[in-house]
Amino acid sequence: MTLIPDPTPTRRPSRAARRARTAAGLILSLVATLLGLLLVTFFIGRIVPIDPVLAVIGERATAAQYAAAREALGLDQPVWMQFLIYVRDALTGNFGTSILTRRPVMEDIARVFPATLELATIATIFGVLLGIPAGVVAATRPGSWIDQLVRLVGLAGYSMPVFWLGLMGLLLFYGILGWVGGPGRLDSGYEMMFEFDVPRVTGMILIDTALAGKWDIFRNAVSHIVLPAGVLGYYSMAYISRMTRSFMMNELSQEYITTARVKGMPEWRVVWVHALRNVMVPLITVIALSYATLLEGSVLTETVFAWPGLGLYITNALFSADMAAVMGGTIVVGAVFVFLNMLSDVLYRLVDPRARS
Amino acid sequence: MTAMMTWLRDPNPQSRTQARLGQMWLGWLRMRRNPLAMIGLMIVLALLLMAAWAPLLATHDPLTQNLSQRLLPPGSAGHWLGTDEFGRDIWSRIVYGSRVTLYIVGLVALTAPAFGLLIGTVSGYFGGWVDQVLMRITDIFLAFPRLILALALVAALGPGVENAVLAIALTAWPPYARVARAETLTVRSADYIAAVQLQGAGSGRIIWGYVMPMCLPSVIIRVTLDMAGVILTAAGLGFLGLGVQPPMAEWGQMISSGRKFLFDQWWVATVPGLAIFTVSLGFNLLGDGLRDVLDPRSASR
Repeated sequence: MTLIPDPTPTRRPSRAARRARTAAGLILSLVATLLGLLLVTFFIGRIVPIDPVLAVIGERATAAQYAAAREALGLDQPVWMQFLIYVRDALTGNFGTSILTRRPVMEDIARVFPATLELATIATIFGVLLGIPAGVVAATRPGSWIDQLVRLVGLAGYSMPVFWLGLMGLLLFYGILGWVGGPGRLDSGYEMMFEFDVPRVTGMILIDTALAGKWDIFRNAVSHIVLPAGVLGYYSMAYISRMTRSFMMNELSQEYITTARVKGMPEWRVVWVHALRNVMVPLITVIALSYATLLEGSVLTETVFAWPGLGLYITNALFSADMAAVMGGTIVVGAVFVFLNMLSDVLYRLVDPRARS
Repeated sequence: MTAMMTWLRDPNPQSRTQARLGQMWLGWLRMRRNPLAMIGLMIVLALLLMAAWAPLLATHDPLTQNLSQRLLPPGSAGHWLGTDEFGRDIWSRIVYGSRVTLYIVGLVALTAPAFGLLIGTVSGYFGGWVDQVLMRITDIFLAFPRLILALALVAALGPGVENAVLAIALTAWPPYARVARAETLTVRSADYIAAVQLQGAGSGRIIWGYVMPMCLPSVIIRVTLDMAGVILTAAGLGFLGLGVQPPMAEWGQMISSGRKFLFDQWWVATVPGLAIFTVSLGFNLLGDGLRDVLDPRSASR
């Protein structure tokens, strides 16, 4: 019997090729989502009842000045051309000039964004450090008081307005107990010290003061960030603990857990080492998502705590009808949101071999 | 009453209505055993009654200002929840504020799921490029931060209840489209759909009459669970001054006006927040209960 060689061997695409295809798909969907975001903000910008030309030149301009400004803004072009210009501007970080601060919007955003990032990061750390252990313990003892507590905390988190919780926190911990600093990032005295004595490296007060060794300012900054970060962190914790619990319940019913128990492994090792390691994979997605939600939740929280971040910037711009600043802020938050979503997806694929196929 | 019960419990229903009502009765019996869901139901019913009977329940006109009685603490004579900075009765404003909350929730609950249902069923039924395009759009909207987008939209359209509703609805529909599409995919290849197709029914008729009803239960659960989120978003917009305009009473906006007196007259900001919290909690509990009743997959857990 002779073996007839297959004339057209069907070659499976190599691993690298498959990876490249997945990566290309991810990038394509990222680009599509970002374009969609720009399209939506573009249309929102067009339905504004404020005449953008008048907003730039003022009411008393002549007809010739009006026409010139209109041309300079590209408003005499067809709509699709305007959109292309808009996309080009957005890609180069040109969101126009803020009416309020008279500076480029992008410059403003770069200045305020570290404050938001600092807040959201500390809040996520709160959420992770408290949420994961709470979720794990709740899953190992379903029906116990700690399980009920996790459920209650979650339920309250889904039902309480974040700005109200912030106000109640201020009332209790700042107004009545005096345990924490009030609104703002620093006491006004320290604010001047920070302004003049501390070199800006990251724009995040905690990091910059630690680098400069200004521990008194650092301590004051901590007393100010604890409450807003705690409030935001509460929502993060509610979400993370609930998800941890349900992932963990699922994991603990797997057969390898039974095997580990049968061969006499101590229970803490079964739970905290074997099961938790597998739960960490989907949890990464959850943490990334909650981080993205916190950036969004910062709009209301920053308003309550007079926290000079992106959220407060957008709200202030809103009330001065500073549409360039509102739209710039919206695009930046939206883009960060989209990126974090994508990142969680990629991380998931990297960590879990099962998700790669 | 007993005749009614036996009719409801009849294992061999004579008509479709009887079968449907019988199923609902069974679901009700199951839900009645869940105390948390019943609390949720009662809160939601209380909200409905409060809004319906607002003129009877309110002790004062919610808009009448009385500066000699401003910032009275709770328990004051005639104002059991106190008064705000214009001397308006907080209880009466809460009562009338429930109408605004219900109005927003109702409008969003009617528009967003309807739109999502349409997109989802069409997408799932036709498949192919229609599905690709529609789901791509849904994904894009799903990837947006909801509150920020609603904020930008209200900023552009101008503050007001209708615009707030529009902004919330525009950001709320994608999950319904996803749910509806998933349900549609499971029923699309069912025999009864094939039978209707053979009888010559058009796509529109099939989607409207035979696919959509199958998607309704899942969408309704989702809606109830989302209502708390809608209330919170609406309150957030109100807090930022983008919802209902003063002097009308809205809970989020009441909290915002109470901010100025937080440390001295705590009740002005606290009480409306409790109202929002209670109502959101009610919808969350009811939604959880409904899911357990209507969704057999989670009932077994």
